[in-house]
Amino acid sequence: MDDSTRAGITPIVMPKWGLSMKVGTVMSWLVEEGAEISVGTPILEVETEKIAKAVEAPDPGTLRRKVAQDGDTLPVKALLGVMAEAEVSNADIDAYVAAYVTPADGEGEDAEAAPACQFAEVDGLRIRYARKGTGNGVPVLFIHGFGGDLDNWLFNIDAVGEKSPVIALDLPGHGQSTARLPGTSIAALAGFVARFMDVLEVEQAHLVGHSMGGAIAAQMALDHPRRVASVALIASAGLGPEINAGYTEDFVAAPSRRELKPVLEQLFANPEPVSRQMVDDVLKYKRLDGVGELLGALSRGVFSGGRQAEQPGLRLKETGKSVLVIWGREDRIIPAHHAGSAPPGATVEVLDGAGHMVQMERANDVNRLLKQHVGV
Amino acid sequence: MTRKMSMKDAINEALDQEMARDPSVICMGEDIVGGAGGAGERDAWGGVLGVTKGLYAKHGDRLMDAPLSESAYIGAAIGAAACGMRPVAELMFIDFMGVCFDQIYNQAAKFRYMFGGKAETPVVIRTMVGAGFRAAAQHSQMLTPLFTHIPGLKVVCPSTPYDAKGLLIRSIRDNDPVIFCEHKSLYDFEGEVPEASYAIPFGEANVVREGKHCSIVTYGLMVHRALEAAATLAKEGVEVEIVDLRSLSPLDMDTVLESVTKTGHLVCVDEASPRCSIAADISAQVAMQAFGALKAQIEMVTPPHTPVPFSPALEDLYIPSGAQVADAVRKTLKGGKH
Repeated sequence: MDDSTRAGITPIVMPKWGLSMKVGTVMSWLVEEGAEISVGTPILEVETEKIAKAVEAPDPGTLRRKVAQDGDTLPVKALLGVMAEAEVSNADIDAYVAAYVTPADGEGEDAEAAPACQFAEVDGLRIRYARKGTGNGVPVLFIHGFGGDLDNWLFNIDAVGEKSPVIALDLPGHGQSTARLPGTSIAALAGFVARFMDVLEVEQAHLVGHSMGGAIAAQMALDHPRRVASVALIASAGLGPEINAGYTEDFVAAPSRRELKPVLEQLFANPEPVSRQMVDDVLKYKRLDGVGELLGALSRGVFSGGRQAEQPGLRLKETGKSVLVIWGREDRIIPAHHAGSAPPGATVEVLDGAGHMVQMERANDVNRLLKQHVGV
Repeated sequence: MTRKMSMKDAINEALDQEMARDPSVICMGEDIVGGAGGAGERDAWGGVLGVTKGLYAKHGDRLMDAPLSESAYIGAAIGAAACGMRPVAELMFIDFMGVCFDQIYNQAAKFRYMFGGKAETPVVIRTMVGAGFRAAAQHSQMLTPLFTHIPGLKVVCPSTPYDAKGLLIRSIRDNDPVIFCEHKSLYDFEGEVPEASYAIPFGEANVVREGKHCSIVTYGLMVHRALEAAATLAKEGVEVEIVDLRSLSPLDMDTVLESVTKTGHLVCVDEASPRCSIAADISAQVAMQAFGALKAQIEMVTPPHTPVPFSPALEDLYIPSGAQVADAVRKTLKGGKH
């Protein structure tokens, strides 16, 4: 976006949410032309095949022009609207809109040349991962939670990747990785992720973990301190005993769209993003041979009876690592008061208007905090 | 991981994976043992349209070419199922059911009931359905309602490669006889299919597209015609919801009723002849169970009540089109304003 900024003009473009997104549809504008906008203001609603969400203002300014109309389906990075300061003339904006060329999406039609996802063989399991971003710095490694996959980071990977190399994986038994677990404990999964880093020849990473992935990240900081540059825990397991057992049990058991949808809605403060496609994607995963059994075994190993068996986050102080803790205040899976158990010196942010999937519901804020935390 | 493949290949993969997983899975049918890379006729076909190509090379004599006697080998498959095997018999065209129907509707469908629940008949009969293949009236019918009519049979008709693989695996693992209907015109249709095995439960319709103005309930090839109609109607500001039934027995009426309750309008699209069809059945059930939700008359889109024409021009007119589906939607939406 920076490249296309001209004096006083900020383009609003079709975002890229998730690795498979090629186009999005403008559902409705949420502000009128002439409106003053502050950072983070929802400007317009965009729907992709996976999710519907508001595009938020990247910078403050005045909305001067709606370029896209409601119902338009446009490619990633297409110009949706123009924000500009008062001194920019309408003629300048006309000229800007006329001259705008939608940049090619990095892995658009040439997906064969640079696939969005790759596979690595780790301990005999095939692990799907995405490796993107820019620069030669210490990469940011995203670790999703129980029953999740790397698409849980669809609003985060590209944003954090603007300034840093990023990696996101599907844990074993999850997403499109082999449906087998290296063990049913946080420690076993942490050991596995460390070996995944070996295979990718990643010496050290900033770990960002969501939910169960947060407990894995904390455990890695304890077991493999040299491999971990810092730890960001998002709605994380491992910082206290409570967890909503009803959620994990229902997630494993729900056999159909009708039963699964209300379960997934518990993940959000506002359940609107739980689209047909999101429910379908989770169902497709759960239908794979062996997944039901392994999720049952993992949930019994890690969250038996509504208690978290391992709480590595409580020992993070020993590691001396820089720690960021983010929570959604309305988290119905792991209570937000666990943020209070963050180690001394940690940055702790509890965000309003978000539930367990705070990295989706408050993506802009989470991305800003993550970039500050990893120093990019 | 997932990758793009045709429905034909998805069916082949389902058979291959289930044969590898369970030694009691066997395949029988006319010309199914082709394409094995062997000499001469062994390398011929692999089913009349090549769906089973290559399986003989992997699973050998667990694939059996049957004589041209459907009553013999469909009966043999049902008998083998009653004795503990999991046969997948290929009835080349559903139109040939007449010569083996007793084995299916009066034997396989009844065993569990007649033997006090002690007998199971885990047989799958794969069969090609539908028009558009220029194969005339005796090889082009959509006879799904004839099987759906029989208690004791499960009837499946997928619309995508993903559903074809998952529903066929589910069919093979099921302990009751399943009629698995494959639309010839969808064999080359491609879609994302996971490499790993997975089973899609029966009786769970798929909401292919969400919309608030009108529900279209359909299955098989007609799902794609409904999608064409949806694209046209969207330009007019009409958002239709499309329910793909996937399995016709058992039938997911809950999803149908949920959708009609939301939209208040229903169009049933069926490639089967109109009388006593799936469309007629759904219409009747909705009229009984959700009459209060309906804002206007139910519309049905079906072929005319005639044999499938041999003339290509007439055959194309015979099969319900996206334009006909769109017209039916417009008609019920207008109907409510009277």
